[in-house]
Amino acid sequence: MSLYYVQKLLYQLNRDPAVRRRFEEDRDDLLDEYVLTEEERRAIEEGDIGLLYVMGVNGQLLMHYSALLGQSWDEYIAAMKEGVKKHGPVRGGLYTLLKDREQ
Amino acid sequence: MSLVFAGVCSHAPGITGRADRADPEVRDAFYAKLDELRQRLEAAAPDALIVVAAEHFANFFMNNMPAYCMGMAEQYEGPIEDEEWLGIRRTEVPGNKDLSRRLIEAMLGEIDLAYAEEWKFDHGIMVPLHFLTPRYDVPIVPVNINCQGPPLTPLPRAYQFGRALRKACDAQPERIALVGTGGISHWPATPDSGTINEEWDRQFLERFLANDREAMTSYTDAETFRDAGQGGFEIRTFITVAGATEGATGELLFYAPIPIFAVGCTVATMNVQ
Repeated sequence: MSLYYVQKLLYQLNRDPAVRRRFEEDRDDLLDEYVLTEEERRAIEEGDIGLLYVMGVNGQLLMHYSALLGQSWDEYIAAMKEGVKKHGPVRGGLYTLLKDREQ
Repeated sequence: MSLVFAGVCSHAPGITGRADRADPEVRDAFYAKLDELRQRLEAAAPDALIVVAAEHFANFFMNNMPAYCMGMAEQYEGPIEDEEWLGIRRTEVPGNKDLSRRLIEAMLGEIDLAYAEEWKFDHGIMVPLHFLTPRYDVPIVPVNINCQGPPLTPLPRAYQFGRALRKACDAQPERIALVGTGGISHWPATPDSGTINEEWDRQFLERFLANDREAMTSYTDAETFRDAGQGGFEIRTFITVAGATEGATGELLFYAPIPIFAVGCTVATMNVQ
């Protein structure tokens, strides 16, 4: 699990038009620069917002990736809910803060 | 001169980006109070406005995350987000590099403050400016407190940061205004978006408006996360404003939960003594 790099990619995608261009034109080459598991890479490539949320991606990053994919706000919220239904509760990141503290 | 104005307001992207989906009556009452805040700000005739914000991974990321950072540029731009998504046109925003530098130098004696000569404003600053300086004609000094990627600065430190900011402002010849911007309880950009803990918000606001340092800095992050969501971490921006106006109390101009904006929408001022 390399949540840090998934989030780093989305951070750079959100803020840098040049990274967005590479994401469109040279996606494999761009993704090779990040340490990603197969599942993470697939979730990004397929735009699987629900799975990315379950992996622990912060919504402040994820909502912009969702918008970049052309999803409406309601579709974004629905995709996260669908992700939890399909893949189970959030596995890591900020939203498991309380769970992590208890362990 | 010194600090001439202090206030706080919400900054959620829905406030502008999903404006058409809110109950018009509550929304317009909120906008009217934001406009009153603008009028009060203008009446104070500031030479510069410090915005203490809690940005959301637009400039700062976990590769090198400062607890506190102040902008030190002649010019900024924003919003970094899609213009249509946020409902705010991209624009250049004037800064004041010289003032930033003097403030940073004054504060470094007490605070390990990072600085940034490059800064693209996200909704955390652009939404407040959209309402408070709509002509973008007041030089902005942006400040960021990391409220997004824990570990976060402890709440009492945010208060101390406010004190140091005040001391630095009071040593400058300019008339300086200060606005803190953050949510109170909210769960932004998650499936719980729209959930608002009004009771918690009102309790926090009571503590904030009374400038009760002890009470407003007593929440642990685990408690805040449980009761006020990850968005609740942004109370650090309010606490900084309270620290900058220590000894003074505040006035609540507006508070109402607006779920489609994903936050209890708040407008308040703190008296500057």
